[in-house]
Amino acid sequence: MAHLTPTPVLEPGQDRTMILNMGPQHPSTHGVLRVLLEIDGETVVRMMPDIGYLHTGIEKTCEAKFYQQVVPLTDRIDYLCPMTNNLCYVLAVEKLLGLEIPPKAQWLRVLLNELTRINSHLVWLGTHAMDIGALTVFLYCFREREEILKIFEMASGQRMMTSYFRVGGIALEPPLGFFDRVREFAGYFPSKVDEYENLLTGNPIWGMRTKGVARMTADDAIALGASGPTLRGSGVDFDLRRDMPYSSYEKFQFKVPVSQEGDVFARYMCRVQELRESTAIVRQALDGMPEGPIKADAPGIVLPDREKMKTQMEALIYHFKIITEGFAVPAGEVYQAVESPRGEMGYYVVSDGTAKPYRVHMRAACLANLQTLPKMCEGRLLADVVAAIGSIDIVLGEIDR
Amino acid sequence: MALVPAITDLQELKNHPAVARLLGWNAEAVTGAKFDRDEMTIYVERDHIREACVVLKEDSACPFNFLSDVTCVDWYPSEPRFEVIYHLLSIPAKERVRLKVRLNSSSPVVESVTPVWPGANYFEREVFDLFGIRFTGHPYLRRILMPEDWEGHPLRKDYPVEGYR
Repeated sequence: MAHLTPTPVLEPGQDRTMILNMGPQHPSTHGVLRVLLEIDGETVVRMMPDIGYLHTGIEKTCEAKFYQQVVPLTDRIDYLCPMTNNLCYVLAVEKLLGLEIPPKAQWLRVLLNELTRINSHLVWLGTHAMDIGALTVFLYCFREREEILKIFEMASGQRMMTSYFRVGGIALEPPLGFFDRVREFAGYFPSKVDEYENLLTGNPIWGMRTKGVARMTADDAIALGASGPTLRGSGVDFDLRRDMPYSSYEKFQFKVPVSQEGDVFARYMCRVQELRESTAIVRQALDGMPEGPIKADAPGIVLPDREKMKTQMEALIYHFKIITEGFAVPAGEVYQAVESPRGEMGYYVVSDGTAKPYRVHMRAACLANLQTLPKMCEGRLLADVVAAIGSIDIVLGEIDR
Repeated sequence: MALVPAITDLQELKNHPAVARLLGWNAEAVTGAKFDRDEMTIYVERDHIREACVVLKEDSACPFNFLSDVTCVDWYPSEPRFEVIYHLLSIPAKERVRLKVRLNSSSPVVESVTPVWPGANYFEREVFDLFGIRFTGHPYLRRILMPEDWEGHPLRKDYPVEGYR
């Protein structure tokens, strides 16, 4: 944040250029991103993103909470993929504890994570297309997103801030009819993706606004720390789900979409194909869902079932202790990364042996992806800036934390 | 998945590719190593961190070509107070390694790795903003998340959680 006056940041070298301030309340910046642009006519000479408007100090807050109290905070980092954040955090703490998670919980986590990915990509597709001028797509995408949010509400009681995962498993057994509803959704969703593609992929206006725009080479993408579809759109075949699997992803078959061109269209194609792949993973998760418990057998860490709490003294004591004192985590440090819809989301958790984390750091995929923006836009037209911002799919809540 | 005690003896770990590469390059730059919970941590001397990153990045067998993250931990009041932490990823070999530099509170200064990975820019600015670590050679070391005129570094342990009122 900062730079209330743009002068010290961008000093116009010649009289030809002018400085344009875009944001922080610009509708195409998806939140509160401010971009300083030095332009020569319609051409961007220099570009500088300015962030920090949503900084809430979540990392600092985490240090004052018990381990289980951090879970709701992680939802609020990236409000489009709460489950991915939940997953990454609980995996990190479970690794610190050395806790084994039952297969059913792992598969449920995969299923919900892929639904989250679809949800996030739908918001991205709708808003990105709207920025570029295709308004219809937005309405189509939000129609399907609504169904996913209802599925989330069914499972967790919340549409957006789900906080559904717990250290050691999952909060509650999904209700009756949950799997049928997911199956129904996974059945008709591919035809909806066809609808989006009918509207956009072959559309000449869409092509002119996206093909060859905001190009980035693979070397630049790696050097700048880009990940996720932003990296794969530049031809780097790397996906944490396949290459460094977590939470049983190694048991699923899916393709990792890669495009070579490195432009806005390539990143669009990657994400649209991911929609289809994610639906396939959801179907596999439904078909192969193992039976068994959804929580690990770790009495001092996992809250006991409500029924046991009312009938067994020990369970009641454990419940009381977890709620009032938390649970101690052996000293150590862990970096756990998962593939979020935007790229490599990593949690670095340091424990000093007490019930509160000593340090929680989130590696925000968007923060690194945002650095690629000047590379994409400098030397190009001003109108392409909007397309480029949309194509890296930023969520400012995650960038600023 | 019971917890296995951490291995902290450098001699036992010298066959790990990243450790071997760094020891082969400059044994004095490596001050220690730790293998805990399947994660490799290498402690690097402050003056050598940028070169160590170059060595690991250009290793032919296992090039750590991707910088995942730069962050910091404050161990106030013990000394050395700060640990600057680099998470490196090798995309071809699918390996991770963690480099650590320890800094005293009297001079929290370390070389920037932005010449090696331009992507370190924002991460280092964030560490500067929230911990007050200075990175020499950084192209634009200014506050990134907090307002420009903010006083103090919020993620330091001697900074109260609810802030100064």
